[in-house]
Amino acid sequence: MTEYTLPIVFGIFMGTLSRLFMLRTDYRQYPTYLHGKIIHVALGFIAAGLGAVFGPAILKEEFTAITFLTVAASQFREVRNMERNTLTELDHYELVTRGKTYIEGIAIAFESRNYLVILTALISTLAYLIFNLWIGIIAAIASMILSHFLMSGGKLKEIVDIEYVEPRFDGAGLYVDNIYIMNIGLPERQKEVLRYGMGFILKPKTFNARATIANLGQRQAILHDVSTALGVYRDSGTPALVPLAKRDLDDGRVGVFVLPQERDAEKAIKVIGDVPTLENAIRMSTEKVGMKNGS
Amino acid sequence: MDLEKYILAVITTNKNKVPAGHGVFYCDSKEEMETITANLEAILDGIAHSLTEDLYVIVKH
Repeated sequence: MTEYTLPIVFGIFMGTLSRLFMLRTDYRQYPTYLHGKIIHVALGFIAAGLGAVFGPAILKEEFTAITFLTVAASQFREVRNMERNTLTELDHYELVTRGKTYIEGIAIAFESRNYLVILTALISTLAYLIFNLWIGIIAAIASMILSHFLMSGGKLKEIVDIEYVEPRFDGAGLYVDNIYIMNIGLPERQKEVLRYGMGFILKPKTFNARATIANLGQRQAILHDVSTALGVYRDSGTPALVPLAKRDLDDGRVGVFVLPQERDAEKAIKVIGDVPTLENAIRMSTEKVGMKNGS
Repeated sequence: MDLEKYILAVITTNKNKVPAGHGVFYCDSKEEMETITANLEAILDGIAHSLTEDLYVIVKH
């Protein structure tokens, strides 16, 4: 046992622990029990190992050892590919699909969380080596808090106001407020849609938000999350019963039409508000020169 | 070229509107038209859209 053994073990432990904290199974049921979790904990362990040996390598003046971080980069890019491929395959069997933008967001999150594990392990080991165990523990807790802060993105309620509106028919056209959703021809189907359907208007708070909720992937993510949380009144072979989100071209509002099994407007508004703002959907139109004052 | 949407069937009570190139179903009454449309919608896995009072199309989306 060398003087580096304990700090490395400590770093690996803290790194793996931080991965466990970041691995949450929530209403989206992802990752699923139990094998999916094992894969991610195991990859987190590997990441922690890579991070933990970084400090000792620097202190031993083994600077070329830094190149092993490139191994980590390619390793975790594979994680992203794995997540993307798995979720894309599974998406075909969802009643309301996640959509590619949401899948890409999840895949990116899985990759980046491994880098946060490397960071936690690295900081913990270095603090232990330079100072002592207690400073190491404090540094580990601080980096876990930092990881938690870095991994949590924005939510939809921060950029839009959400309002419940009863859907209605004008002839065969289905409307949420004044936003046209789709044409449903059969009177019987129209009754079904009115009985189970709920409409919501998302009003963007800023010009940037207008562009973000216009993104088709972001809209699909909303439909998927609402359908997952509140159930969906649809089956294969009933294409007319499809949740849809359409845009008002005049003011950028989005009309969301869903068919939840649990018709609770309050809950639905909360679920829509908690939908993550997808990284790939975020637009910063006002960052363009001369548009800072746009509302 | 991939077609994303296409008409699978046309159901009408108006014999003057005869779209060519599709499965056309003439019906004697509005009730019959709705019944046939509902069945075709389920069979063809498409959505029934109403173009006018007497003309439905089943579209694959």
